[in-house]
Amino acid sequence: MSAALAPDAPALPALVDRGGPAQPLLIVDALRKHFAVAGSLFDRRRQRVHAVDGVSFVVNKGETLGIVGESGCGKSTTARLIARLLPADSGQIVFDGDGVDEFGGMALKDYRRNLQMVFQDSFASLNPRLSVLEAIAYGPQVHGLAKAAAHARAAALLERVGLAPAQFGARYPHELSGGQRQRVNIARALAFEPRLLILDEAVAALDKSVQAQVLNLLQELKAERGLTYLFISHDLHVVHYLADRVLVMYLGAIVEIGPVERLYGQPRHPYTRALLSAVPSMDPAHRTERSPLSGDPPNPIDPPSGCRFRDRCAHAHAACAAEAPTLRETAAGHWAACHLDDPGSGHPEAPARVAALARSA
Amino acid sequence: MNARLETALPDALDAPAVPTPASVVPHAAPRRGRWRGAARQLLRDPVTLISALVLLAIVAAALFAPWLAPADPYKASMIRRLLPIGSPEHLLGTDELGRDLLTRLMYGGRLSLLMGVLPVALAFFIGTAIGLVAGYAGGWLNMAIMRTLDVFYAFPSVLLAVAIAGALGPGMSNSLIALTLVFVPQVVRVAESVTTQVRRLDYIDAARLSGAGALSIIRVHVLGNVLGPVFVYATGLVSVSMILASGLSFLGLGVKPPQAEWGLMLNTLRSAIYVNPWVAALPGVMIFATSMGFNLLADGVRSATDVRQ
Amino acid sequence: MFAYLLKRLLYTLPIALGVTLVSFTLVYLAPGDPLNAIAPADAPADVIEALKVTYGLDRPMPVRYALWLGRALHGDLGASIATGRSVASEVMSAARNTLALAAVAAFVGVGVGCVLGALAGYRAGGWIDRVATAISVVGVSVPHYWLGLVLTIVFSVHLGWLPAMGAGGSGGWAWNLDQLRFLVLPAATLCVIPMGIITRTVRALVADTVNREFVVALRARGLSHAAVFRHVAKNAAPTVLAVAGLQIGYLMGGSILVETVFAWPGTGSLLNTAIFQRDIPLLQGIILVLCLFFVALNLLVDIAQPLMDPRIRRT
Repeated sequence: MSAALAPDAPALPALVDRGGPAQPLLIVDALRKHFAVAGSLFDRRRQRVHAVDGVSFVVNKGETLGIVGESGCGKSTTARLIARLLPADSGQIVFDGDGVDEFGGMALKDYRRNLQMVFQDSFASLNPRLSVLEAIAYGPQVHGLAKAAAHARAAALLERVGLAPAQFGARYPHELSGGQRQRVNIARALAFEPRLLILDEAVAALDKSVQAQVLNLLQELKAERGLTYLFISHDLHVVHYLADRVLVMYLGAIVEIGPVERLYGQPRHPYTRALLSAVPSMDPAHRTERSPLSGDPPNPIDPPSGCRFRDRCAHAHAACAAEAPTLRETAAGHWAACHLDDPGSGHPEAPARVAALARSA
Repeated sequence: MNARLETALPDALDAPAVPTPASVVPHAAPRRGRWRGAARQLLRDPVTLISALVLLAIVAAALFAPWLAPADPYKASMIRRLLPIGSPEHLLGTDELGRDLLTRLMYGGRLSLLMGVLPVALAFFIGTAIGLVAGYAGGWLNMAIMRTLDVFYAFPSVLLAVAIAGALGPGMSNSLIALTLVFVPQVVRVAESVTTQVRRLDYIDAARLSGAGALSIIRVHVLGNVLGPVFVYATGLVSVSMILASGLSFLGLGVKPPQAEWGLMLNTLRSAIYVNPWVAALPGVMIFATSMGFNLLADGVRSATDVRQ
Repeated sequence: MFAYLLKRLLYTLPIALGVTLVSFTLVYLAPGDPLNAIAPADAPADVIEALKVTYGLDRPMPVRYALWLGRALHGDLGASIATGRSVASEVMSAARNTLALAAVAAFVGVGVGCVLGALAGYRAGGWIDRVATAISVVGVSVPHYWLGLVLTIVFSVHLGWLPAMGAGGSGGWAWNLDQLRFLVLPAATLCVIPMGIITRTVRALVADTVNREFVVALRARGLSHAAVFRHVAKNAAPTVLAVAGLQIGYLMGGSILVETVFAWPGTGSLLNTAIFQRDIPLLQGIILVLCLFFVALNLLVDIAQPLMDPRIRRT
């Protein structure tokens, strides 16, 4: 796929859909990443930050999967593991049916064409010494495109994201606003013609009005180019707007995953419920009286035994400390990891809830 | 022995300022904008301007000595020893062997300036290369390089320079080697520190995501952002190098007679302080003036390229 | 805290070991047989052989190093080739003299530097600031061996107030009024270096702290200048102490030039002699003692800093 190109090749070779529409574009299987705590070399108990603890999910072709959670829940680490910017301790990534960076699978460089990422800090994402055009053209050149062709391509992409090449092409990052820089970052990611785009809090640092423009741009691009998005955010409104399915993470593990409307409408996991109820409402009749989350924010070093959320959960019980819940499908495509949804878990409230769910289905 | 004092301060005869994160990345202005703005600011500062001009005069006098000098630097005359300043035909007097001092000072400038600039230039290239590797690679390679250099950092610069030069023996090339070896660890420290900071930034991740190899990333993305701060640091080392080099000659470890070099001249003229003290002090004035000129210029460059928030 | 101390110590040991290695091998850098310095050129073969054995030059390098290190740990640094006296005792007596000089120079330099820097930083931009900055730039730029010469010219040759060379007395240093005169010029020359550095350091720290919001808050609460200054000083103290401590180390290690100018009988002069006489054991001994002193000083500073300022924590 990355064969040497003729010097006057106008474009990178198109990427082929190998698996067909039913094959998920991305399968993440049991990703695990623990960090050693700095300075723990001489401590007898070597403390580890359980940043990502056995995360598994799929991303279907053409969808937008939103990943939400508090700071420190492991969303960004997961993104970096998927992008292979960090080596995973264990786990596997399968892209369109091919194992990534494995024997018999897809080479890393090819993977780098299929998957791109847009980061949160638009300024730190750009080399201050390269002009906008040079920054965008760098990637295609790495994959074999001639310099002139790469620059032409960069100019076209700049145009597409709404920045006139004649006016912005020669500018440097410090001469652009935050929103403009993020467009440049999007253009740079698109220069590879990727199939999957990871957006790691890509609009979080922008003003609301600028956010709206960038989000619209992202929607257009997705429709135009048949892209698949992995959208990481802590902003539940934005995720609601963009995502088809949502994945909720807590302390390095997935607690709930499901279609956006169902998840927002009938959240199963207590944490999801707490998150959603914490979102302020415009309706004065629905004031938030009490903080839905009790207890202290989590410490990713040595998480609690059993269910990680039990320290802050209003429904916590002895069964929650004994065993960690696994993801169970409570409705079509809607999975939650909570003992309350498992009639055999030993939690006293479980049978009642399962019955209520069956009735409402 | 680690980069302990991250304030913008020099230690005389040892490492000048380690660039603080604020002055380095990620808000460093890029090529064109930065240098134009820096040049403008430099020209506006009178102190920097004057020191630059004085320095230029000294360098020019040294460079064009064979054409500008009034006399032969090696021509001795026993009758005309230690003539005072302002003597006819000898504007700045004569030294202990009757040679014209003005000429000797001009010729001396060539070697003294060379000994000041060359070790720093060599250390700049060697140190940046090592620092880039150590900073980009990280992990055990970084540890191995930095801990080895820490051993050299455990020596005060003067002692290390004297020890190496003393071990190698007198001579200009030996002094050059000694000084370069003294400065390389300091440059590596700065280069490694800046490289490590740059490496953590998102645009390096983005570059890695593009599938580029490490060499390409270092060349395109890291090098340009590292050279600037390291260069600014290195300019501060030039005056230290000059003083050390002349010091080595003063001890008899550097340039050998009858060559003209300011430190060596201070040595040979020492006994003359009882006869003609001001002539004996003149070579040191040149070292002082040049060193101060470099320091003020380096300060000016540093503050001009420092992007204020 | 104990874990931190242990870590620091464990980190310093390999460095110290490296220092001993470099100290030992440095003298063998030069091409040529070290024996040439010891034996006369036309010595007969058996004399050369005997000398080789005496100085252990018949053994391979690593063995020599191990033997030397072993003896050094017991305080035996061998005997000087030139004088035959114990290297350890020579170095120690010389070190006493240098320490006296360095301590006085550091004390004066740091003291004056603190005062100047504090005044300059407190009223940044004022005339004191300009004077202090000028002094610090001069202090950093001036070749101190030349400054020594100039001071000698002015105070000794011209005015005749102070002696030009030596330490007075019987080659050693004793703290009496008579010998104090010999200390003035060398100390004055040497103190310029730390003065320049400390002035700059203190000025930057004070100017920075004074602008911080908590100081403005203190002033708004009606605290007097003196009281505010105490706060500022407390903030600046750890860094200043660290810099000052290191400066003492640099002064001890780098005193050779000034000691040569004033013929001060310290480690610097001894080093000078050792180099030109190619006195290998003496050279190794001096370098070792000076550098280990510097390493120990670094360690002390590393330990003292977090004690003074809880924000500074090095892993």
